[in-house]
Amino acid sequence: MAREYRTIEEVAGPLMLVRGVENVKFDELAEIELPNGEVRHCKVLEIDGTDALVQLFESSIGINVDESKVRFLGRGQELAVSRDLLGRVFDGMGRPIDGGPALIPEAMRDINGTPINPAARDYPNEFIQTGVSAIDGLNTLVRGQKLPIFSASGLPHNMLAAQIARQAQVLNTEDEFAVVFAAMGITFEESDFFISDFRNTGAIERAVMFINLADDPAIERISTPRMALTAAEYLAFDLEMHVLVLMTDITYYAEALREISAARKEVPGRRGYPGYLYTDLASLYERAGRIKGNRGSITLVPILTMPDEDKTHPIPDLTGYITEGQVILSRELLRKGLRPPVDVLPSLSRLKDKGIGTGKTRADHADTMNQLFAAYSRGKDAKELEIILGAEALSEVDRIYAKFSDEFEERYVSQGFTTNRTIEETLNLGWELLSILPKNELKRIRDSFIEQYYIEQREG
Amino acid sequence: MDNRSRGKIIKVSGPLVIAKGMRDAEMYDVVEVSDKKLIGEIIEMHGDEASIQVYEETAGLGPGEEVVSRGSPLSVELGPGLISGIFDGIQRPLDKLVETEGSNITRGAFAYALDREQEWEFEAELEPGATVIGGDVLGIVQETVLLAHRIMVPPNLSGKIIELKSGRYKVTDTIGLLEDDKGVRHELSLMQKWPVRIGRPYKEKVSPAEPLITGQRIIDTFFPVAKGGTAAVPGPFGSGKTVIQHQLAKWAEADVVVYIGCGERGNEMTDVLNEFPRLDDPKTGEPLMKRTILIANTSDMPVAAREASIYTGITIAEYFRDMGYSVSIMADSTSRWAEALREMSGRLEEMPGEEGYPTYLGSRLANFYERAGMVRCQGSDDRLGVLTAIGAVSPPGGDLSDPVAQSTLRIVQVFWSLDSALAYRRHFPAINWLTSYSLYSDKIDRWMNENVTPRWSTLRQDALKLLQEESELEEIVRLIGHDALSDGDRLKLEAARSLREDFLHQNSFDEIDTFTSLEKQHRMLELLMTWYYEATKALANGVQYHKLEEMPVRDELARLKMVPEDRIVDRAAELNAQMTRELSALNLGGR
Repeated sequence: MAREYRTIEEVAGPLMLVRGVENVKFDELAEIELPNGEVRHCKVLEIDGTDALVQLFESSIGINVDESKVRFLGRGQELAVSRDLLGRVFDGMGRPIDGGPALIPEAMRDINGTPINPAARDYPNEFIQTGVSAIDGLNTLVRGQKLPIFSASGLPHNMLAAQIARQAQVLNTEDEFAVVFAAMGITFEESDFFISDFRNTGAIERAVMFINLADDPAIERISTPRMALTAAEYLAFDLEMHVLVLMTDITYYAEALREISAARKEVPGRRGYPGYLYTDLASLYERAGRIKGNRGSITLVPILTMPDEDKTHPIPDLTGYITEGQVILSRELLRKGLRPPVDVLPSLSRLKDKGIGTGKTRADHADTMNQLFAAYSRGKDAKELEIILGAEALSEVDRIYAKFSDEFEERYVSQGFTTNRTIEETLNLGWELLSILPKNELKRIRDSFIEQYYIEQREG
Repeated sequence: MDNRSRGKIIKVSGPLVIAKGMRDAEMYDVVEVSDKKLIGEIIEMHGDEASIQVYEETAGLGPGEEVVSRGSPLSVELGPGLISGIFDGIQRPLDKLVETEGSNITRGAFAYALDREQEWEFEAELEPGATVIGGDVLGIVQETVLLAHRIMVPPNLSGKIIELKSGRYKVTDTIGLLEDDKGVRHELSLMQKWPVRIGRPYKEKVSPAEPLITGQRIIDTFFPVAKGGTAAVPGPFGSGKTVIQHQLAKWAEADVVVYIGCGERGNEMTDVLNEFPRLDDPKTGEPLMKRTILIANTSDMPVAAREASIYTGITIAEYFRDMGYSVSIMADSTSRWAEALREMSGRLEEMPGEEGYPTYLGSRLANFYERAGMVRCQGSDDRLGVLTAIGAVSPPGGDLSDPVAQSTLRIVQVFWSLDSALAYRRHFPAINWLTSYSLYSDKIDRWMNENVTPRWSTLRQDALKLLQEESELEEIVRLIGHDALSDGDRLKLEAARSLREDFLHQNSFDEIDTFTSLEKQHRMLELLMTWYYEATKALANGVQYHKLEEMPVRDELARLKMVPEDRIVDRAAELNAQMTRELSALNLGGR
């Protein structure tokens, strides 16, 4: 039987100090009962003798130091899981908000999870076709990968994420597929965009959503992604489904973390974010993956808005160090009218090499990918030179590269948010574009592929 | 048995636990926390209160629970069974934990680092009656095809062998007896223990002068690391730090490789685990895994054990060095290790130094790198052992003013500067040739001149100079365009471009290109530079520039990297002849 304490000593920001407690454990969950009977949640951050420092998950408005009661629950934060998670919408703390009934749990899971033993991991190497050429062709996503979208305010990252969620499929398999969506601190409109998009395409049946909106308590955001990942782990590793987890927006999550760190008066790291931001983000991102002997997988696509489009800001920076690549959106490309405005050169999928080629996509994929990168990069250089020195200064070859880079952006990258291209289509389009270049410029492609796929231009 | 110090928890704050009643415990003793037996280490003592960093998740711990000291500092088990193993930061065998605990790491999980059941064939090399000192080789266990595990007298023992027999033993079995000067008898076994925070002793350090051949062209040719040297690879994310570390772990000429995945991605360790057993060592043709030891403390594993993982790794490396082997240790990434240090420092409420890092960051890093070196090992045979340390650094935003990067650069002798601009252009390895350096290059030049070709240092210097000139010329091109350049400058640009694309660019995923022997590096560099020298002469001779640029042999030179090792000498001779033919045709008729 949990004892009740009326010994709240102080409340400051999201933190609360409770004195004279006994038998309270680190990281334990607790409830606060307000004088009006309302119950809120908190967890133990530090236990020092008989003093417990707790972190509120909800707002502190109305907490009365003398009359509020605290009950320690003897367990950590948990999520009820079962197959019925699919099709449901929850708030950031895992309570249903879709008007449906409470879940009948198959099991209760600690939302912090446990680290996957690296020796038990299975390497992600199965190609996922997202139908987006800039990803499939150049920054290929594979099952079990964590590939964030680095974006900025005002860029259409949500459209791209929804497109991926809608179109993603693994070729040649009939395994079950599910989407878990975690919204942290985004606006109602953004979240509504996702919910209606899922609803309109029928994806909602296979989706679980955890929604913490901008006006919900910031501290709930700490739990939201963990709830989502716990649900994903259950679907992936208990029910052996292929789960795509979308998380947006990591920036707001990190800010909530900073808020708590500041309230605890911890020594801040860069830009006021706590020194453990890396470890904390890793404890989320690393829950993606595959496990040996299990058919399921968790593929993670976190979205973050880079403050001031600065890639060296701690949030994108630390994310980039943990995730297996990044897809970067660019305002400049958006202004040029590219949809999606994926900046392919700084984008990267670290796992692409193992997910492409014979039997996965097509034998020529790696070569053409490298050639497209190189050619686009050279074309952009040429265009830059053109701006400074004028078109006359370009050599014949550079002019062709400049033309290539324009067409590449227009046709390859800018496919719109509703076009769903198969990998064959993407690769063939790549060859169409490469055929703009003279044959002898294709140095990164093996001759046999050039013979097979290069399209000879008619003279004139 | 039970003089072990027992205390009670009074405070829990993340990985830091404070316990009372620990007066008898010693600093850095290992403790077991609560009945879950979580492993921790005492890092501070205040009266009878001990601050303990716990190597596992502390959720669910509370005041009043018991803390028991093991009475010894954090140590690793050293003996047969280490090779091909994968261990966590405190040397728990992860592959065995999968069998006992399942796919996730549960708290308080325990398994011996060295398998207690496995038997090893021990072949004694000494007879009873022999007088030995610490470090002397008692005998051999052929642990893998690639590695004869030399069983040594523990460093602090010496005396006379009373008994020693060949046979099949488990690691804990007694293989013999040793009587020291005082007449005390010590049992000898295949296994030793050593505290991780103390370097294993050796006789003396020797200055390194030989290159560690890595098969990576930009490293071996331009910025070589010496056997027993130290190197750092700092770079922003996506610039290929991990690929370089993997390449070095795969191809560096070493008898034993210890790879520490410290606070990095789980999938990267899986990659190593999958790939290394399938890759063959270029020298022996045996799977690389048979010389590799992995220490994995991925970023989602407890942060305190990350701090320990570096020490665990280097102690194991020192043990193999002591056998007289050449050992390489790769730590990816030391920045994550430093962050773990910072996190514990914050919890201890220490006064922070730069960026919140503890003030002792520099000295701890120096401590780690100084454990590398070429040494005369303990033992009567004066054998040399080598420990080369290569650390990745992940500076925030790629900014080298970061305290971890700065402290590292003060210590290491080789600096491979990764450049995101190169990575965007998909030039890999993205090591910037203008900003990287190797303080070993003079010594190694001498070695190369003696062992590879007397022209080595000339070729190397000229090539570096050419690359330097390229960057200056590019500035000019950016301002006033290509047309303003003289033919001589164009030739330089073209030669430098070819050097970059055909020599420095190396594809680690290509079967042939992934490793280049010194012989092949020499042939490639020689041919590319010869074209440059000869073309310069031809130009002076009046040959038109575009004819030189369009020489057919140059397409062949570009494909040199794809020429298999066994055909390179012939191929180089062919191309050399072809080049001479084409050049003389131009020199005669091309005016």
